[in-house]
Amino acid sequence: MKAKIHVTFKEGVLDPQGKAVRNALGSLGFDGIDRVRQGKFIEIDLQENDAEKARSSVKEMCEQLLANTVIENYAIDIIE
Amino acid sequence: MKAAVIVFPGSNCDRDVQVSIEQSTGKPCAMIWHKETELPELDLIVIPGGFSYGDYLRSGAIAAHSPIMREVKARTDSGVAVLGICNGFHVLTETQLLPGILMRNAGLKFICRDVDLRVETTSSVFTQNYAKDQVIRIPIAHNDGNYFTDPDTLKMLEDEDRVAFRYCDAQGGINEAGNPNGSMSSIAGILNRRRNILGMMPHPERLADQLLGGIDGRPMFDGLVEALVA
Repeated sequence: MKAKIHVTFKEGVLDPQGKAVRNALGSLGFDGIDRVRQGKFIEIDLQENDAEKARSSVKEMCEQLLANTVIENYAIDIIE
Repeated sequence: MKAAVIVFPGSNCDRDVQVSIEQSTGKPCAMIWHKETELPELDLIVIPGGFSYGDYLRSGAIAAHSPIMREVKARTDSGVAVLGICNGFHVLTETQLLPGILMRNAGLKFICRDVDLRVETTSSVFTQNYAKDQVIRIPIAHNDGNYFTDPDTLKMLEDEDRVAFRYCDAQGGINEAGNPNGSMSSIAGILNRRRNILGMMPHPERLADQLLGGIDGRPMFDGLVEALVA
């Protein structure tokens, strides 16, 4: 199975990189952008075949290492 | 005082801080590779600056799970002093020995220059040789030094007198102009509740000898020797 994980800043946490990207897009002439938030995308190939077990083990990985839950949220997609 | 510096792949201030400690103690300071699982008898552990594991994932995140860190945690529980400088501060927040996190600098630039710091508390083995509100000049060199925590934790740090240093202007004023990286409440260094762990972004070891252009970092190392004399 494959796990696809998005790690993003929590609401209220400043994202200076997202802001810089937003400004750069504006200077390229892309109008109509309210906000850009930048995050991380992590893909993990797992040996586990049970989706629920895979999800709970990836959740543990996120809590312990992949995300810093002081400032980051994570979302897990398990793909068979 | 028996001291050791933990060395990770990518540490680059390890030997500088070793020199500073040896200058103050007159005794050799051990260097401990991160793959070790045991520490000798120690009074002070330093987690040095650098780019442990290339800052992969987040600064300090991988180093926080190095084998030696389990032993470092156990030692802090028994009261051994731990000083984390720059990337060492990252490691201490990632191990949750200190609260909060160091985010990307607000201006998105790596900043390498001397800054003014105000000593906020003298009630620790690290800061006892400074005066409260004393303004000292210490270099910073970081990309991720923007201290962030939730409002409750910030209040707790302030109520418990756990902010060790704040960035300030030359007169000791705390304001935006004196804050190089956007840190919440201008925080440059914090203590744990027991006050035996200090994490700070500035590098005291880089101005601890007249040959380096200043000695404002020296009282920290001399003070540690006085406080932790075995």
